[in-house]
Amino acid sequence: MSAGRHKPRLAVWKFASCDGCQLSLLECEPDLLTLAETLEIAFFPEVSGRPIRGRYDLSVVEGSISTPEDAERIRAVRRRSRHLVTLGACATAGGIQALRNFADIREFTAAVYAQPAYIRTLATSTPIAAHVPVDFELRGCPVNPRQLREVLSALLAGRRPAVPAHSLCIECKSLGRTCVLVAGRRPCLGPVTQAGCGAICPGCNRGCYGCFGPQETPNTTALSAALATLGLDRRSRLRLYRSFTAGAEAFRVESERHEE
Amino acid sequence: MRSRTIRVDRLARVEGEGAVRLVVRNGEIASARLSIFEPPRFFEALLRGRAYTEAPDITSRICGICPVAYQMSTVHALENALGIEVSAPVRDLRRLLYCGEWIESHALHITLLHAPGFLGCDSAIEMAREHGEALRRGLALKQMGNDIITLLGGRSVHPVSVCVAGFHRVPRRAELAGLTERLERAREAALATVRWTAGFEFPDCERDYTFVALHHPREYPFNAGRIASNRGLDIPSAEFERHIERRQVRRSTALHTELRSAGPYLTGPLARYSLNFERLAPIAQEAALAAGLGRSCTNPFRSIVVRAVEVLHACDEALRIIARYEEPDAAACAHEPRAASGFAATEAPRGLLYHRYRLDADGTLLEACIVPPTAQNQAAIEEDLRRFASRFLALPRTQLRERCEQLVRNHDPCISCATHFLRLQVTGR
Repeated sequence: MSAGRHKPRLAVWKFASCDGCQLSLLECEPDLLTLAETLEIAFFPEVSGRPIRGRYDLSVVEGSISTPEDAERIRAVRRRSRHLVTLGACATAGGIQALRNFADIREFTAAVYAQPAYIRTLATSTPIAAHVPVDFELRGCPVNPRQLREVLSALLAGRRPAVPAHSLCIECKSLGRTCVLVAGRRPCLGPVTQAGCGAICPGCNRGCYGCFGPQETPNTTALSAALATLGLDRRSRLRLYRSFTAGAEAFRVESERHEE
Repeated sequence: MRSRTIRVDRLARVEGEGAVRLVVRNGEIASARLSIFEPPRFFEALLRGRAYTEAPDITSRICGICPVAYQMSTVHALENALGIEVSAPVRDLRRLLYCGEWIESHALHITLLHAPGFLGCDSAIEMAREHGEALRRGLALKQMGNDIITLLGGRSVHPVSVCVAGFHRVPRRAELAGLTERLERAREAALATVRWTAGFEFPDCERDYTFVALHHPREYPFNAGRIASNRGLDIPSAEFERHIERRQVRRSTALHTELRSAGPYLTGPLARYSLNFERLAPIAQEAALAAGLGRSCTNPFRSIVVRAVEVLHACDEALRIIARYEEPDAAACAHEPRAASGFAATEAPRGLLYHRYRLDADGTLLEACIVPPTAQNQAAIEEDLRRFASRFLALPRTQLRERCEQLVRNHDPCISCATHFLRLQVTGR
């Protein structure tokens, strides 16, 4: 993305989400003020009152598509954006709210709302890329602020972001952590999950729960066998694959293999 | 009869998606509606069938700004169900984690969301020119809060160390001691923030609110206490649902909540402060009184000062917890699941957050009920708009819009949480 004569215009869009990934953008502080010098923040309603209408050089999208209105809105965002980057498990895999994809949405709505008829929602929660072309998907629940800075600066410089797609195990080993799966005999999705978080769960003596989604070559079949030998029952294995990135292909398929 | 509609279709500098619609007849506000159109995510439905041990990680995803609050109400409710008492150091570490979240969330709201409106700026970035020092101080405070959470939980958004019965990992004494010097500077910055916000101009908008907050015999409430009001309510969390009515209104994907005895009520910093002034750290009490606050605060615009006082209290409390910390023998205590129900309310930065769970004998969640602060505050916010917006009707359109947004922003609504939230639409004049 060449800066040209004007500062590149940034827009931040929210769909179904918790705001945590946008917050990671603010967490680029103290770089936030530097960011404001590099980019014109043209639309970021949680930070600024008045949006600038028109086209954007870079749109950053948080959240999943779960309502008919949002399915329309994302197309309008794409039309107005030169580059579109999606942030986080909701935008890249459908988020925890994609658990509805495995259930009956009418029953879900009735379980929470006394007047389900007032609620307009889709039967599924899907990633942004299922609706419009996406230039880069940054994983995580939430995204890692360091990776987010890398993606923004790479796109501004016109290069490919250096975000590894290898497994968490590589990150964990490079940090010298003791393996929670092999040595600790605790369930861990690290071998099939993409790195990027800093291996924080093993760092807290617990197994990875997969919030960065599947790594590039996930051998889920082998991991499921290993999890079974630890005594993890079928239902617990299913739940493990089916959480924050349940909508990601590899995890969805493996969780379905564990259905009765 | 002259009538007009004023609409703010997408509230700026609030967390999530909402709108305001005011109908004005003959210069009076005929109706004020806060709409929440954040897409529903059905947490109470998707929790069913999950293992109870997964619950704190799942509920934290309701809100990226107050994930700790969700984790805290979840683990306390489940521990209530399973009859678990955590050790004193674990209890302290949870308070410390909550201090981190209050500092982070309040500093974000004070600096980036609320202050620009008082300074005639459109955003915090505009503040950089004339109010650069205050902006940098606020961002540094927020970073302090983030760093406390990161130290205890691995990352500041959706930290990973909290579990039912304790923590997956507790810090070493030396790790916490490393925060002391920075926290002492943060406490100074918080004191400066109280003085700075106290100098803002506040419109004369006082209201006799029904305040609801936790109340504890010794502590300013974070994790523990009875649910109390300034109208005589004094109940354990387990009785909360019997005293409230939740109803769905067409304009909102968040359920409106009222007290059966007293109608709409307000939870959050104003309520907490007004019901618990005596429990604040001496330094926070002194700063509050010096800033011109009474022992209670009923002007919603002054909530920015109250938040600054709470940041000051949280910095001071964090220092006390760190000074007395002894590493516990075990990060979590051993326990077995059982068929039971459990209840808990804790104080999220935005107010009372109530959770109830029902478990199967093997620990599978059968039912979940979550009452977030913003859902509880919707009716009180609408009442603020009804009472106070009429004073601003003579203002030019953009200023009127800003005042209406402030009337909502005063209560720091968290729309992602509530959705079960905001656009301004005003009809008539």
